[in-house]
Amino acid sequence: MELLNLAKQTVLMPAGIQDGDIEKIMNRLLSSSVDAADIYFQSSHAESWVMEGGIIKEGSHNIEQGAGVRAVSGEKTGFAYSDRIELPVLLEAANNVKAIVRQGQEARVGLVKAPNWPLYYPAINPLKSLADQQKIDLLRKVESGTRKLDSRIEEVIVSLIGMHESILVANQDGSLAADVRPLVRMNVTVIVKENGRREQGSMGGGARTDYNFFIDQDQALEYGKEAVRQALVNLEAEEAPAGNMTVVLGPGWPGILLHEAIGHGLEGDFNRKGTSAFSGRVGERVASDLCTVVDDGTLPGRRGSLSIDDEGTPTEKTVLIENGILKGYMQDKLNARLMGVKPTGNGRRESYANLPMPRMTNTYMLPGPHNPEEIIKSVKKGLYAKNFAGGQVDITSGKFVFSASEAYLIENGRITRAVKGATLIGNGPDVLTKVSMVGTDLELDSGVGTCGKDGQSVPVGVGQPTLKIEGLTVGGTSV
Amino acid sequence: MQNQQEINRLENIVQNLLDEAKEQGASAAEAGLSQENGLSVSARLGDVETIEHHCDQGLGVTVYFGLRKGSASTTDLSPDSIKETVSAACSIARYTSEDEYAGLPEKELLATEFPDLDLNHPWNISADEAIALAIECEDAARTYHAEISNSEGASVNTHQGIHVMGNSLGFLHGYASTRHSLSCSVLAQRGDSMQRDYWYSASRNALNLEPAIEIGKKAAERALRRLEGRSLSTRQCPVLYSAEVASGLLSSFIGAISGGNLYRKSSFLLDALDSRIFPEFIHIYEQPHLKGALGSAAYDGEGVATQTRDIVSDGILRSYVLSTYSARKLGLQSTGNAGGVRNLTMTPGELDYQGLLKQLDTGLLVTELMGQGVNMVTGDYSRGAAGFWVEDGEIQYPVEEITIAGNLKDMFKNIITVGNDVDFRGNVRTGSILIERMSIAGE
Repeated sequence: MELLNLAKQTVLMPAGIQDGDIEKIMNRLLSSSVDAADIYFQSSHAESWVMEGGIIKEGSHNIEQGAGVRAVSGEKTGFAYSDRIELPVLLEAANNVKAIVRQGQEARVGLVKAPNWPLYYPAINPLKSLADQQKIDLLRKVESGTRKLDSRIEEVIVSLIGMHESILVANQDGSLAADVRPLVRMNVTVIVKENGRREQGSMGGGARTDYNFFIDQDQALEYGKEAVRQALVNLEAEEAPAGNMTVVLGPGWPGILLHEAIGHGLEGDFNRKGTSAFSGRVGERVASDLCTVVDDGTLPGRRGSLSIDDEGTPTEKTVLIENGILKGYMQDKLNARLMGVKPTGNGRRESYANLPMPRMTNTYMLPGPHNPEEIIKSVKKGLYAKNFAGGQVDITSGKFVFSASEAYLIENGRITRAVKGATLIGNGPDVLTKVSMVGTDLELDSGVGTCGKDGQSVPVGVGQPTLKIEGLTVGGTSV
Repeated sequence: MQNQQEINRLENIVQNLLDEAKEQGASAAEAGLSQENGLSVSARLGDVETIEHHCDQGLGVTVYFGLRKGSASTTDLSPDSIKETVSAACSIARYTSEDEYAGLPEKELLATEFPDLDLNHPWNISADEAIALAIECEDAARTYHAEISNSEGASVNTHQGIHVMGNSLGFLHGYASTRHSLSCSVLAQRGDSMQRDYWYSASRNALNLEPAIEIGKKAAERALRRLEGRSLSTRQCPVLYSAEVASGLLSSFIGAISGGNLYRKSSFLLDALDSRIFPEFIHIYEQPHLKGALGSAAYDGEGVATQTRDIVSDGILRSYVLSTYSARKLGLQSTGNAGGVRNLTMTPGELDYQGLLKQLDTGLLVTELMGQGVNMVTGDYSRGAAGFWVEDGEIQYPVEEITIAGNLKDMFKNIITVGNDVDFRGNVRTGSILIERMSIAGE
């Protein structure tokens, strides 16, 4: 079935909302002094299953639905939402919202279907892609397969999450766009013990597809193997070094460097307000000429991808940094309009109950000329960081952190001992100027990223090739 | 009273849901329902920026079929939706395993007394009045000093909600509560150095909020004092956690003695009950019945009565933090901590902020932490930090782009002093904490 009708059937029909009702709400919002207005309808069904201690311990099914109504005039935004998708409730919300706008002449608009745009994932319901019993069987298979990998394993926790979300967004020009967004995620955590020492390892993945993603090529068991490998490496890990040193970052998930160090600082809202360390720097050098960084919502099936953003704008591959030069920012409609540029399809919101703002999709660095082995060989003394936990940035001072969960010393061009995880800290606007080698081995992460901003969480992706950074502060204990 | 009528209405919904669960064959069930309304207003550069009207509701249910359980939640409270939600939970319970530790709390542990904890103080503030207050707050920050160069704005938030909890053992109770806050975030600039900082106040009662002008001034002061920060050379030195970041250390401690981490063996404080974790002068206790406090409640997330109790006395761990399930896994009894601790308090010491700096003498004062960097399994700790370098008890210059690292077990043992400068804004209340020695990594 056509996407728009499919979304209508899921979100609007159960609530009895017709096109004419959306027009009524929109016309209540509009006046000549309104620069932008939208109505966002959402219905999401999610499930999660957890296996722990050898049993299927938890299962839950969560339903969330509602609508958000917004009107924007200049830099001013009025917003209201409700869990009840009912015409009188939404008309009342529109009245509240409109109070922020100076009264102008009434305006009217009729609903039209938004022009077509490319789709980067299928409009499917992943929750229905396996029978419940098959989901349980998958968890059991991964759990027992992982548990028997090593006798030092004390505990294995496997989780499976699926989400089926449908959204519709009506804009002030009357255009109505829709999206159906599948999302699946699996994770394996193990705890190992040897000689009284305990360590943990964790690996997972996901995509905008259905549960067969984890069954094809035994993907799920690969997570288990990787989690065990990491945990066992950590059993051997010694104290991490402290101080400023050459750091080589592995390919893939260490790309959260880009997300924290520069990604947030290049979001349109901070730059429109002049609060980012990157404000006003388009056209300037912010990285070595080896670095080209993009934000790309169009990668098929990726966790961070969207066919349209939450304002109905089709996503793009946006060049942020090209050969070291800052090219542009990621924009939603509000900030694009106020900065006099085009929206880039980065207007995202956690749900109908939150205002959209510029957010990343999949942020990664393009591959460079260097063989990854050659990069390691070039380092006399430094740190090789292969896996990371989360990160954080202060976009104004530009200082960012990200925490290594698997790292090794590099001594005389060779990876030697494993060291404990440690936080790395740097300065966003100059860290990429210290990139002296970029590998040929671009990898994207396995589909696990979640980004938080102003209390709103959205799924994202990151990626990069192997990178060598001349001088980053490593926060170990071995002074 | 209108509130009481609404509480009764929502209690009826929960009771109907519990009846429905029984109807569908569940041997036991519990449910929680919340309904919240609110207004958030922000002003930036002297004008209103956003007005948000909040209206949230949610219902969660867990059903038991003997020792198997299933959960479901919804934002739709209509009778049809409730039936579907119960049936979704029941359907899940067909696939989960029998778990000998699963089930409702012991009936005798459920709360039977519901003292008035003074949690409900609606703030009848209009959107226009809220805008005026936010502008007043931001103005105080922007006019504080010529180097305050930009603003992320000030915001006023007010929320009012009703929470109902019920289970098939006959527990059914609802109460109303409010939460209000006022915050401000501004930027300071000197040459190339740009810094941002914020301050906020939060309370159940709007009358107890700090004055808007004071919040604005503090935000400005905090941004200004960070200007021209520099890194430190890599070293070991004493570290003073200011009160607003010291609460994070206590939260890590609570994480390590929480049932979930203990029975999964993913804690660095396994089997630590009755052993010394802190120096002898440290006392940590919970005060769930404090009147008007942000963390107060008569019962926990399962209806178990909360109680004022010691967690650490004389530096010795006296009790874990347990829900019904984690307690049974450990062969113990619930401590009324489903959903966490409530008004966790570390007994303050004698020294005020100035006295603490004197005692620190030469070392690092930390006022901001970045990133996660805490390994619950091993206690290894490594986080990004910003603050001030202190010599002879006097602040010398602001510090940034450094990390501080150690192991929480050692850090807890090596606490030298706790200040009397308690931060009362959150659920964890402590003064500043001075730690004898940590590793600093910098330039």
